[in-house]
Amino acid sequence: MHRIWAIIERDLRRFRRSPVLVIVSIIMPLVQLIVLGYAFGGKIKHLQVGVVDEDHGVPAVKVKEMCQAVAANASTFETISYSDQATAMRDLRDGRIGGLIDIPPQFSRKVLAGANPRIAMMTDNTDQFSSTALEDSFDALLGVYNSPAVQPRTTANVNLSVVEVYPYVPYIQFLLPGTIVLSIFVSAMIGGGIIFIDDKARGLHEGYLVTPIRKFELILGFTLAGAAKAIIAGTVLITVGSLIAGIPDPLNPLRMARMLVLVVVTSMALISMMFLIMVRVSDPLVPRAIFGMLNTVLYFPSGAVYPTESFPGWMKAISVADPFTYAVHGFKELILKNTGLMAIKVDLIFLAGFTVLTLSAATLLFRRTL
Amino acid sequence: MHAIEVENLTKRFGDFTAVDALNFNVERGEVFGLLGPNGAGKSTLIRMLTTLVPPTSGMARVNGFDIVRSANDVRQSIGVIPQAMTSDLDLTAQENMSIFAKLYGMPREKRLGTIKQLLKDVDLEKWADKPVKMFSGGMRRRLEIARGLVHEPKLFFLDEPTTGLDPVSRVSVWEMLTRLKAQRDLTILVTTHYMDEADKLCDRIAIVDHGKLVALDSPLKLKASIPGKNILEVSFSGAPPNWMQALRSLPDVVDVKSEENVYRISSHNGPGTTVAMMEAARNANATINSLSVQSTTLDDVFVHYTGHQLRDALQAPVAANSPFIMQRA
Repeated sequence: MHRIWAIIERDLRRFRRSPVLVIVSIIMPLVQLIVLGYAFGGKIKHLQVGVVDEDHGVPAVKVKEMCQAVAANASTFETISYSDQATAMRDLRDGRIGGLIDIPPQFSRKVLAGANPRIAMMTDNTDQFSSTALEDSFDALLGVYNSPAVQPRTTANVNLSVVEVYPYVPYIQFLLPGTIVLSIFVSAMIGGGIIFIDDKARGLHEGYLVTPIRKFELILGFTLAGAAKAIIAGTVLITVGSLIAGIPDPLNPLRMARMLVLVVVTSMALISMMFLIMVRVSDPLVPRAIFGMLNTVLYFPSGAVYPTESFPGWMKAISVADPFTYAVHGFKELILKNTGLMAIKVDLIFLAGFTVLTLSAATLLFRRTL
Repeated sequence: MHAIEVENLTKRFGDFTAVDALNFNVERGEVFGLLGPNGAGKSTLIRMLTTLVPPTSGMARVNGFDIVRSANDVRQSIGVIPQAMTSDLDLTAQENMSIFAKLYGMPREKRLGTIKQLLKDVDLEKWADKPVKMFSGGMRRRLEIARGLVHEPKLFFLDEPTTGLDPVSRVSVWEMLTRLKAQRDLTILVTTHYMDEADKLCDRIAIVDHGKLVALDSPLKLKASIPGKNILEVSFSGAPPNWMQALRSLPDVVDVKSEENVYRISSHNGPGTTVAMMEAARNANATINSLSVQSTTLDDVFVHYTGHQLRDALQAPVAANSPFIMQRA
């Protein structure tokens, strides 16, 4: 037992002298959290929309007034009036405006005749996010436009009333769980991958192998030392990340305690996985070469940045086996919904099982000799 | 009981035989030198004896323990200094020692005293709390020697302990080893490329080539065992004409060269030629002004047994020099 401690002690002492590892594994995910969070998270505003009114009737003016109301309040878009459709279309193609509303001639007459008139909308759909936002905004606008001024005595309309169970979750908060797991991963990658192989190549492990340390003591020592560093990175991230992402009541001690449990379980799972990958590697180039690939393959299919429901089948298969998926899901529940540990039982069980499995395989493959 | 007993020890990597059915014993208390060209199998042999590499066949006992069946007893009873510098650069000398003391299961109360004494023995006491990355090559080696002795083994393996050190550090490392050996009653098995070191310090020397033992004896006997290759440098005054001819006809002489009055005589048998040459000088009334005889060196022994050709053998790649290793400066 004291031999395991000797391995851990050595690693942590070294880490204290040069904490580059943890700084890297904290800064990188934080930068990603902030940049990605603000890059994708915001509501789309101030889209330029051209309006061509070929009707000039009172109902058409009402549509234009409603557009101006949107511009003044939600400010999703602002309108620019065009006198003819050709100019407006040219500006749309040239990218000066993001969409175009065309109120056709006869619009007012058809409205007054109750003949279901149409308004044409042309969008620049090379930018899916903006065109979707524009369409949604106009749908809502026309919904209001269509509602009768005086409600009929019997309403046959069924209306959907959405109940949002949780307060509004900005994208940066949606991203935070993945960021925490990412920092644990980077720490495991550097500590359990790069430094581990460098030590091996330098002959440091040869020094250990000539001492009477047992195989399982060596493996447990390496694993726990790596996990300790990953836990430090994860703990910093759950604190600093909650503050940056603006989680309500960010330092709630009960939630922090629950998250710490998940940080520990996740760290063990990822460091064991890394150990299994590296157990027979001796070339220092290998961990560096697979770093980026592993990051992409584990992080993106986990649902950390986009819901897994949208994935094709093969990617869903990756996400089912990916420890990131369970860790990210667990942190989402804890951070965004403030649930208890029972709610993430499946995640904890998967990660613990994954640890046992990978560590056993690594122990089988580990060679006590050179 | 011998300190090390080796019986038919063999190691094959694929169809390459690195160590080929070696047999020898190392006696308690001796300094046993292992010499051989690069790729001769020295390191593989040491790695087998220190349990780092399992043998293909044959057996060896170290301190009476079988290297395969009782590997952990072997490890507990030996000190090993691998060829690569394996100290942890970010840790201090004291910490490096302490970690290894713990790996050897030394009880806490014994640890501090032992470490302090050992650091004193290798003259690193005042640097105990400095990180090893600030140490010179010689200091690191001395620290590793102290580290290898932290659990007080009686048998010490050193794989090229002085390679890459400057001459002053080399001398100090050997002085230290000699002193520690006397103080601690050590048996030492050492490999080296420096023949002068081996000659001065080893009680017995084994020369290994192509995985086989080609010679094993004390340095003196090894040198006596090969045909002489001595150089006599003599200067005369009053030498008669045809003196060159006379010198050439002396027994065992291979060649004679001269520069003014100084003659260089190559001989198979230095002592025999010297005596005959003095006799001839007296008969010719020539006076010997100076005389020096260079005797056979261990280099000659080495070349005699292993041949001259360069060994450009391929070996397992060593990643330690890779530019990708993370430097924690």
